[in-house]
Amino acid sequence: MSDQLVYAMEVFLNGLMAGVLYALVALGFVLIYKASGIFNYAQGVMALFSAATLVGIMKGQVPFSHLINAIFDTDVHHFGWHLPALAGILLAAAFMVLLAWMVQKFVFRHLVGQEPIILFMATIGLAYFLEGFSDLMWGSEIKKLDVGLPQGINLWIDETTFNIFDYGFFIDNLDIVATVIAAILVFALVLFSQYTKQGRAMRAVADDHQAALSVGINLNFIWVMVWSLAGFVALVAGIMWGTKSGVQFSLSLIALKALPVLMLGGFTSIPGAIVGGLIIGVGEKLFEFAIGPMVGGATENWFAYVLALIFLVFRPQGLFGEKIIERV
Amino acid sequence: MFYREAGDYKTSYTDDGQTFPIKFDRYRYYFVLFVAFALIPFMLNDYWVNAIFMPFLIYSIAAIGLNILVGYCGQVSLGTGGFMAVGAYACYKFMTGIDIWLGGVQYALPPINIFLSVILAGGVTAIVGVLFGLPSLRIKGFYLAVATLAAQFFLVWLFNKWEWAYNYSASGQINAPERFVFGVPVTGPNTEAWATYLFCLVFVTIVAVLARNLTRGASGRKWMAIRDMDIAAEIIGVNPLKAKLTAFAVSSFFIGIAGALFFSVYLGAVEVGEAFGINKSFLVLFMVIIGGLGSIFGSFAGAAFLVLLPVLLKNVLVGGLGWPTDLAAHLEFLIVGALIIAFLIAEPHGLAQLWRVAKEKLRLWPFPH
Repeated sequence: MSDQLVYAMEVFLNGLMAGVLYALVALGFVLIYKASGIFNYAQGVMALFSAATLVGIMKGQVPFSHLINAIFDTDVHHFGWHLPALAGILLAAAFMVLLAWMVQKFVFRHLVGQEPIILFMATIGLAYFLEGFSDLMWGSEIKKLDVGLPQGINLWIDETTFNIFDYGFFIDNLDIVATVIAAILVFALVLFSQYTKQGRAMRAVADDHQAALSVGINLNFIWVMVWSLAGFVALVAGIMWGTKSGVQFSLSLIALKALPVLMLGGFTSIPGAIVGGLIIGVGEKLFEFAIGPMVGGATENWFAYVLALIFLVFRPQGLFGEKIIERV
Repeated sequence: MFYREAGDYKTSYTDDGQTFPIKFDRYRYYFVLFVAFALIPFMLNDYWVNAIFMPFLIYSIAAIGLNILVGYCGQVSLGTGGFMAVGAYACYKFMTGIDIWLGGVQYALPPINIFLSVILAGGVTAIVGVLFGLPSLRIKGFYLAVATLAAQFFLVWLFNKWEWAYNYSASGQINAPERFVFGVPVTGPNTEAWATYLFCLVFVTIVAVLARNLTRGASGRKWMAIRDMDIAAEIIGVNPLKAKLTAFAVSSFFIGIAGALFFSVYLGAVEVGEAFGINKSFLVLFMVIIGGLGSIFGSFAGAAFLVLLPVLLKNVLVGGLGWPTDLAAHLEFLIVGALIIAFLIAEPHGLAQLWRVAKEKLRLWPFPH
């Protein structure tokens, strides 16, 4: 087998792994969009915020310590405890539920019935708010997140591929873990929405708000639940990306890439989010590998968007989306 | 909203077609022009120009441009930063003379006057804008918003990698050389406060008058019809292809001018990822939302608000209370985000609508019936 082909295969595999992570973020978008018709731009910042909260809780940072120090001229930084990862994750998840409730109560309850584009812009505002809030609360420096996930090259794959192709593939353990977790998460979400009472209610709300109301479904509860779920997915995504490259602002930009993923897969489809994520992940890695060196590299910045743009021109509803029917 | 006043009869078509049909508005407009052109230039110093007036004027142009696209034509765009970058780099190329290599021989145009360079840069941006506007015929709503992100990221990447665009300079930056208008330097290191201010003001005035008249004419009405419901508009005979693409063209033309001025007159040296990143797109979009969608006055109000807010916060928090700068910056994010949400909930038409309501109340006061 030629070297180029083997390299391309490695790139392909890495692209698949990266795609899973994109899909993970995209899942959060799909959940909210399906249940409330809100296109939640803040999903990426929610991932950043939840990861920062997790780090803060685990390290026992004092929230708003910079602000407190500036106002009262004190010097507080840490409570002085270190929590185990699991407790930290649980607390962070609880915090995301609280956030979901606040978002629902203070923002979107007042915007019910507005045009989608207004809701979209409101989530951009929310993203800015959360970004500032997160920086105020936990500080803006790059934080290291370590919840005990394995990292580094997977030796088994390295050896096996070396025996076959004479060239060891470099695949990060973390990516494999992320893939497994994403698969479990998707499976759980599908089970939840298909087989539980709340999941069924969620789908009913997605279908028709008023009909759902009339059969006695509590809309507010469902929305808070959906935002909490999205917050939880954001937390998982935040942990993955945070372990990989540190908790920092660029996290929210990576999450931005979930947007083309969604457009490719269709906004309303959970499998679409997964497939879209894989296509984008593989596509941008292969493009960078094949075409990148010719045009100066760093094509990963824009490839996903341009691909989605071109794709949408031919199929505006995405791969798996419901057909858009417009009436006057 | 008042369109005509009772008892104010128009007796000729010229009177009827005036830009400001209400007498009070007209006089206020002349007054503002008088203050801006004849009084402020004498009272300026460097701090005021660099911290407040220049960003205000330049962002006003960008906000008017974006408002035409988002507020009047209903096509949300997140590519403003990228289009400003096109304006900036096109302006740079025109200023320094465009060079073309054919078969190893360099053919170069002579450097073009800065005033014309800025306008030509707007023209180039308009062409790029139309190109990226083409998908808007198929894609709608926030699908389009995400699609315009493609413009944002692609263009910024392009100007990072394309050496011809920054004249092969080692740093990858573009630096504005010294250029003169009527013998007075307006770009480069030796500019005077009033000269740069007036130079930008001229553009702002032209752009605002153009935008105002475009939006109340046939093309503006077509845009608004598309915004309100594009299928219905198509049925009553508005050509969506033409309407959307002209909106993209006009909007990008203005945004290109803003980008050119931002680079050449205001900053003087630009690194594309830093100056025209995605945050710039959002900043201008926020100006439009806070100021008021579909209002020229709103573009000014929004630009003024978001230019003044950081300055104010910095002066109060850092200067007054002695907080660290980064804290003030975070607080600014928080406040801007909260304001966006608050405006969308309470007053989706922004500052312009507040101003309009206040005006109407005051006119009828104290006898509201």
